[in-house]
Amino acid sequence: MAEQGFWSRARRHPSFVAGGCMVALLILSALLSMLWSPYPVGDIDIPNKLASPSAAHWLGTDSLGRDIASLLLVGSQNSLLVGFIAVGIGLGAGVPLGLLAAARRGWVEELVMRAADFTFAFPALLSAIMLTAIYGPGLVVSIAAIGIFNIPVFARITRGAAQAVWSRDYTLAAHAAGKGPWRITFDHVLPNIVSVLIVQATIQFAIAILAEAALSYLGLGTQPPQASWGRMLNEAQSQMFQAPLLAVYPGVAIALAVLGLNLMGDGLRDLLDPRLARQR
Amino acid sequence: MTPTLLDVKDLRVGLPTARGWAQALRGVSFSMAKGQTLGLIGESGCGKSLTALALMGLLPERAQVSGSMRLNGTELVGMSEPQLCQLRGARMAMIFQEPMTALNPLHPIWRQIAEPLRLHQNMGAAQAKARALELLERVQLPRARERLDAYSHQLSGGQRQRVMIAIALACSPDLLIADEPTTALDVTVQKEVLALIQQLVREDGMGLLLISHDLGLMHDQVERVMVMYGGAVVESATTPELFAHRAHPYTQGLFAARPRLGLARGTRLTTIAGSVPDLVDLPAGCAFADRCPKAAVSCREAPPEVQAIAPQTAGTQEHRVSCPRWSLL
Amino acid sequence: MSLFILRRLISFALTLVATSVIVFAVLELLPGNVAQVILGETATAETIAAMEEKLGLDQPAPVRYARWMGGLLQGQTGISISYDTPTAELMAERMQVTLPLAVMAMALTVAVALSMGIYAASQQNKAGDVGVMTLSQLGLALPNFWLAILLILLFAVHLQWVSAGGFPGWTEDSGGGVWQALKALVLPAMALAAVQTAILTRVTRSAVLDTLREDFVRTARAKGLSRRQVLWGHVLRNAMIPVLTVMGLQFGNLITSAIVIENVFVLPGIGRLIFQAIANRDLIVVRDVVMLLSALVILINFAIDVLYAWIDPRLKVAHG
Repeated sequence: MAEQGFWSRARRHPSFVAGGCMVALLILSALLSMLWSPYPVGDIDIPNKLASPSAAHWLGTDSLGRDIASLLLVGSQNSLLVGFIAVGIGLGAGVPLGLLAAARRGWVEELVMRAADFTFAFPALLSAIMLTAIYGPGLVVSIAAIGIFNIPVFARITRGAAQAVWSRDYTLAAHAAGKGPWRITFDHVLPNIVSVLIVQATIQFAIAILAEAALSYLGLGTQPPQASWGRMLNEAQSQMFQAPLLAVYPGVAIALAVLGLNLMGDGLRDLLDPRLARQR
Repeated sequence: MTPTLLDVKDLRVGLPTARGWAQALRGVSFSMAKGQTLGLIGESGCGKSLTALALMGLLPERAQVSGSMRLNGTELVGMSEPQLCQLRGARMAMIFQEPMTALNPLHPIWRQIAEPLRLHQNMGAAQAKARALELLERVQLPRARERLDAYSHQLSGGQRQRVMIAIALACSPDLLIADEPTTALDVTVQKEVLALIQQLVREDGMGLLLISHDLGLMHDQVERVMVMYGGAVVESATTPELFAHRAHPYTQGLFAARPRLGLARGTRLTTIAGSVPDLVDLPAGCAFADRCPKAAVSCREAPPEVQAIAPQTAGTQEHRVSCPRWSLL
Repeated sequence: MSLFILRRLISFALTLVATSVIVFAVLELLPGNVAQVILGETATAETIAAMEEKLGLDQPAPVRYARWMGGLLQGQTGISISYDTPTAELMAERMQVTLPLAVMAMALTVAVALSMGIYAASQQNKAGDVGVMTLSQLGLALPNFWLAILLILLFAVHLQWVSAGGFPGWTEDSGGGVWQALKALVLPAMALAAVQTAILTRVTRSAVLDTLREDFVRTARAKGLSRRQVLWGHVLRNAMIPVLTVMGLQFGNLITSAIVIENVFVLPGIGRLIFQAIANRDLIVVRDVVMLLSALVILINFAIDVLYAWIDPRLKVAHG
């Protein structure tokens, strides 16, 4: 019954619908591109370089004659991959740490939170750059770097939300009745913080996409011949005077993906827990 | 005949809610003479705080107000905001229920007391600070001189409420509205603060509108009492008359529901059956009909008229009830 | 108050030390051979040995750390491998570009975000509010380097008001001047400011709305203050507290975002320095620049903490 209520409310929430459509488009592009794209991404066609949009190449070609539309489509795979893995790492390591901190309190909590605070002091992009300096550029290193920086974010959010549940009367009652902290965590704490985590996950997904785009733009992320929106922007910059539009398409793709995720996150925040919804 | 301070006729307030318009006040009428003390009693949600806010013009922007409220002859309904600002804090003042959060944590105490003085009487800072000290001494705040430069977090709840009273008194208003001023305070402090309010009101000849849900408090503090239910006044009388001879069934229920010391063990507490009406979806007739032991079919058809009944306590003024069946047993 | 500052100062110093340890650990205690990383895969055994000696790698790690720290305290930083000059010189030169850039961007952010946030809060749920919120959503979604490219497309390629990149220098002997230097920094500052403005606008709006719901606002209105007087006299100072927190975090973000933006506009700042150092595998420069940037971020947060105590009297009394 609650499920039905959720979807009917969700369908009427403008942010959620708009964001959801954009995210759906992103996912569909990625799925489609795994099976088919107008041209294979690696196809270099120098004679046709910097072509204008036409029937053959819907969005034109880049400086090596590669089809822009195909690059955009396949690039979505990259963005989704980064988002999923980075957020996955954050959730996988951050949530247990946060739960532990909230359940154990005392010095364990202090330790976890100080460590989290400390990683905040290190700007994430900087550390990602450091790591790529040592281990070399590439998709794996950049995902790892972004993922590691999701851990303290999720740890903090989890701990904060979990603490609120721990101090509720029904949790105190369960504890007094003899329920152990792990049981309480699974039965009471986790179900109540899921909505907060989902909302944060969409936000972090968007941040991960932006971070990876920046790294790729700098040449430290995905390496050729893998398609990447960030790297497309870098290549487009050197063609700014000849083909200005090349710089527009990949940026639009990134912006739409991020905007969609942000809107969806805002919508989810309102829908999943109206009490959390701040006065809009 | 003492001049009329406050004259409220048929005050109606509608508030927009998610489910439609709520009739928060449905035709409240009363008057107060200069220097008179009036109590407003009722359960949560009956509209007593709203009446106060309506008087001060502090209702939410989207509220709809109709009827008449005259303060010293000036009509408040429909007054522009700048004009209301001139009256607020100067001719009418209000103190609220939660003293712990009512003061700005970032401003020193003297500044908050000086604010109405500088606003309404154009006092300079030094003069206002001196006057603030006088006011603090008047509200019997211990170590007033030191406390001038203190911040609110350095004061206890009772002390903060004294500061609130000082702020309210600053410009010597004609009307003081106190909305549950002691509910959030310790019992011992309650008595002190109430006594202080009484003394100041008497000394300055201010009118006092005291709002509370506590019957016992009303007995000692005010000359007249109005009982509210569901956004309307159901009974009003002088305090001795109300306490001795209650007419309206709701008032009778309220009094019966008070727990008393000395009852035999196992005695059940009396309650009023049912729950307060939904202000968005009020019945056509009397709002209390569903819970009233004396209700008849006619009660549900049309709202009750207000009747003046003969007071049974000697030498008191009118006793009004809005129930046609009040005399039935 | 002084006790509070002292405690904060100690915390600041400790964080600096801890940061230096981590930076050192990450960069100098690599799995594998540091010298090999620097020289690349084609290095011969002799060049590797020579590099190891140059880096003092024959010493154990704590000794190397102590030498680095000791050097810093005496004002001597490491020597860059690729430029063969003290990193301090390099960094000082580059800071002449990055600091003014960051300050310009921050000033722009604060000016725009505070006014838009307060405006949106005062127009809550009306057209003005919706407009500001939509704009900020867009601002959050744009990658800042893309915005930079778009700005270049518009103002440099199309309108030709400014150049597409590069930095002429602050003095006329270096071929520039104050005005030209500022012109070169305008577009980069705008690109840097965009995202931060979007974030700060939302935070400001939210902080003002939250403060408007506080009881003391009702008290202020009951005194006869107009809505405007209440906003300026009571609400804003209180709302600034959460806003300042975010501003502190944002300065850190600004400095690191500058790395990307300096690359877009080819500005000879700290961002490009570290970037080139990575390309050249100049780990000494990377180490020292990372340390500098982290120290800056920690310093800003320390300054914000002290600012809090100045604004909020509750903190002066309580122990920090």
